[in-house]
Amino acid sequence: MLEIKDLHVTVDGKEILKGLNLSIKAGEVHAVMGPNGSGKSTLSFTLAGRAGYDVTKGSILYRGEDLTALAPEERAAKGIFLAMQYPVEIPGVTTLTFLKASLNAQRRARGESELDAMSVLKLVREKAKLLNIPEEMLRRALNVGFSGGEKKRLETLQMALFEPALAILDETDSGLDIDALKLVAEGVNAMRSPDRAMLVITHYQRLLNYIVPDRVHVLAGGRIVAEGGKELAHELEAKGYAQIIKDAA
Amino acid sequence: MAILQETKDKVAAIGEKYKYGFVTDIEMERAPRGLDENTVRYISAKKDEPEWMLDWRLGAFRRWREMSEPTWARVHYPKIDYQNAYYYAAPKNTPKKQSLDEVDPKLLETYKKLGIPLHEQMALAGVAVDAVFDSVSVATTFKEKLNEAGVIFCPISEAIRDYPDLVKKYLGTVVPVTDNFFATLNSAVFSDGTFVYVPKGVRCPMELSTYFRINASETGQFERTLIIADEGSYVSYLEGCTAPKRDENQLHAAVVELIALDDAEIKYSTVQNWYPGDENGLGGIYNFVTKRGDCRGHRSKISWTQVETGSAITWKYPSCILRGDETVGEFYSIAIANNFQQADTGTKMIHLGKNTRSRIISKGISAGKAQNTYRGLVSVHPKAANARNYTQCDSLLIGRKCGAHTVPYIESRNSSAKIEHEATTSKIADDQLFYCTQRGIGEEEAVALIVNGFCKEVLQQLPMEFAVEAQKLVGISLEGSVG
Repeated sequence: MLEIKDLHVTVDGKEILKGLNLSIKAGEVHAVMGPNGSGKSTLSFTLAGRAGYDVTKGSILYRGEDLTALAPEERAAKGIFLAMQYPVEIPGVTTLTFLKASLNAQRRARGESELDAMSVLKLVREKAKLLNIPEEMLRRALNVGFSGGEKKRLETLQMALFEPALAILDETDSGLDIDALKLVAEGVNAMRSPDRAMLVITHYQRLLNYIVPDRVHVLAGGRIVAEGGKELAHELEAKGYAQIIKDAA
Repeated sequence: MAILQETKDKVAAIGEKYKYGFVTDIEMERAPRGLDENTVRYISAKKDEPEWMLDWRLGAFRRWREMSEPTWARVHYPKIDYQNAYYYAAPKNTPKKQSLDEVDPKLLETYKKLGIPLHEQMALAGVAVDAVFDSVSVATTFKEKLNEAGVIFCPISEAIRDYPDLVKKYLGTVVPVTDNFFATLNSAVFSDGTFVYVPKGVRCPMELSTYFRINASETGQFERTLIIADEGSYVSYLEGCTAPKRDENQLHAAVVELIALDDAEIKYSTVQNWYPGDENGLGGIYNFVTKRGDCRGHRSKISWTQVETGSAITWKYPSCILRGDETVGEFYSIAIANNFQQADTGTKMIHLGKNTRSRIISKGISAGKAQNTYRGLVSVHPKAANARNYTQCDSLLIGRKCGAHTVPYIESRNSSAKIEHEATTSKIADDQLFYCTQRGIGEEEAVALIVNGFCKEVLQQLPMEFAVEAQKLVGISLEGSVG
C-alpha cells in the first residue's frame, strides 16, 4: 500500500526527515512513535502533500504510484486521509455543509456521481451514531467552539465517511480524556479492514493500548531507528526514548 | 456544496472570467456627446416630460455646474471628463407600452444570457421584473397582478406622466437635489429607473425586482429609483446589476430614495456585479451611488442588504434616516474587491426619533491588489432618547498585497444612547486551506467556501433565490485569488 524509501524532507530550508524508510501493507496498522521534534508531524504533512514540505530526495509510492507530484486534494480523492492533530475552525461553514462539499469533491474527482443533501445526511447520521456525535454538533460551524474530544471525534467521523485506503492519524490522542480516547479508538478499530492500511503517529504508548498496532517504528532525528512488534511500544514506555535510541545506535 | 462546482463548470464553459461581458448589437439612439442645458432638455423631451420636471432637472443642472467632485473617499481614479460622455442612449424603434412579444428578440436574448426569468419562468419564480435596458424600460411584467393589490410598479418616466402628484410629493425629499455632486448630476440627467408605491396596509404580493444593465459604450447610466411604502405596508425589492466588458471606464451614478410611513417596512436588496475591470485594472464601472431611506413614519423599518462584487470603483453608502419614533434601520453588506478593484462603502444611521434602533453588519473581503474600505456614520441627535446601535465590521484578507480599512464615525448628542462597535480583521489561513484540500476540496472552491462562511450572516438576509445567486457570485469574483 505505502512504500517510503530514503525520504528527505526540508521545511523552511531545514532538513527534517533524513532518509526515512517505511513500508505498510494493506490490512496492517503501523505505529510511528517518537519524541518531540523527531519529525512525526513532518511525515504526516508530507504524506498529505502540504505546501512547504519539500521532498528533496527519495520516493513515496502509494499503490505503486509516485505521490510526490500530486496536490493534496488529488491524494485525498485517491484515498489518503489525514486525521489532524489540530483540526482547524472554519467560521460560518456548518459541519454538514463541509462534509458534503468534501465528500462530493472526492467523488467528482473519481468520476462518481455527487450525492444530494438528503443522501449525505443519511450517510453521516449512520456513521455519527457509532461515535456518539449528536445531530446538533453537525449543524454548528466546523470545529468552532468544539472541545478537544469533539474535534477528534469529528476527524474520526470524516475518516468513516470517506473510507480511505490509507488513514494517517496524527497525535489523535492529544487533548483527549480517557473516555473520549476510548470512543475514538473504537471508531478507528471499526475501520480496520483487509483493504485498508493505517499509520498511527503518536508520542505516547497510551493510545496503542486501544489501537493495537501490527508494527511499531521509532522515529528519531528524521530516521526510523528501531522497529518491532507491539511489544516495542511497551519497551519504550518502560525505558524511555533516550535509552531505546541509544540501544539502536 | 454543489453550487460552487456548478458555478465553476459554468464559468469554465464560457471560458471567460466575467460571464456577463458580452455586448448586444442593437442600434442606439443617443443624445449628442457632452453635457449642457440642451442635453438636459433633450432627455426631458425624449421622455415627454411635463414642464415641472424639466424645471426640476434644470435647477439641478445649474447647481451641479457649481459643485466639485468629492475627494474624501479612499479611491483613486483619473479625472473624469464629463463633457466626453453620452448621457442618454436608448434602443431605436422602441414601441410604446408593448407586450413582451413586441420586444426586440435580440434584447430578450440579452436577458436570457443574463439569466433573467422574463417569460413564464417569472410566474413560477414569483418575481416581477422591470427591466431597464440602458435608459428605457422595455418590458414591465406582472403589472396586472400588482394593480389588483393597488401596488404601482413602473418605470419612473411613466410615473412622472401618470402619477405626477405622488412623484412631486416625494421625489428629492430623501436625497435633495443639492445633496452631493453625483446625486445632483443624476437629478439633472436621470433617464429612467423604477417607481414603486405600496398603498396603506398592503403587503406587496411578490418580490419586486429590477435588473439594470449598461450596454452602450461610453454611456453613463443614471437611474433613479423611488419607493414609497404607505402606512402599514410592506415591500421587498431587489436590484441586480451587470454590465458588459469594455476597456474604457463607465460612470454609473444612481439615486435611490425610500420612504416608509407609519408602521411600514421596506427591504431593499442589491446584488451588484458591474464589470470590475480586468486583472490589470483596465476598464470597469465607476459606481457612484446615493441610496438613502427615510423612516418617516413611527415604527417604520428600512433594511438594506447589499452584495457588492463588481465595479472598478464603488462609492456607496446606503443610509437610513430614523426620523419617526421607534423606527429601525438595518444595513447588511458584503463587499468583495479583487485585482485592482477599489471599494469605499458603508452606511449612515441618523437617529432623530426616540427609541430608534439600528444595526450594521459589514463583511469586507479583499484579494489581489484591491483596497476595501468600510466607512460608516452613526449619529444620535439630541432628541433621540434611548437610541441603540450595534455595528459589526469584519474584514477578510486573501494574499499579501490587498488592504482593508475601517473608518467608523460616531456622534452622540444624547446621553441615553447606546452604541456598540465591533471590528475584526482576519486572513484565510494556510492551515484552513490545507485542511480543506486534504479533505478533497480544491483551493478555489475552498476559498469560496470559507468566504461564504464569513459572509453567512449577510447572505441569510437575501431572499432565498437570490442568496443562491449571490453565493455563486462570491465564488466567481474571487477566482484566481490564491495560488
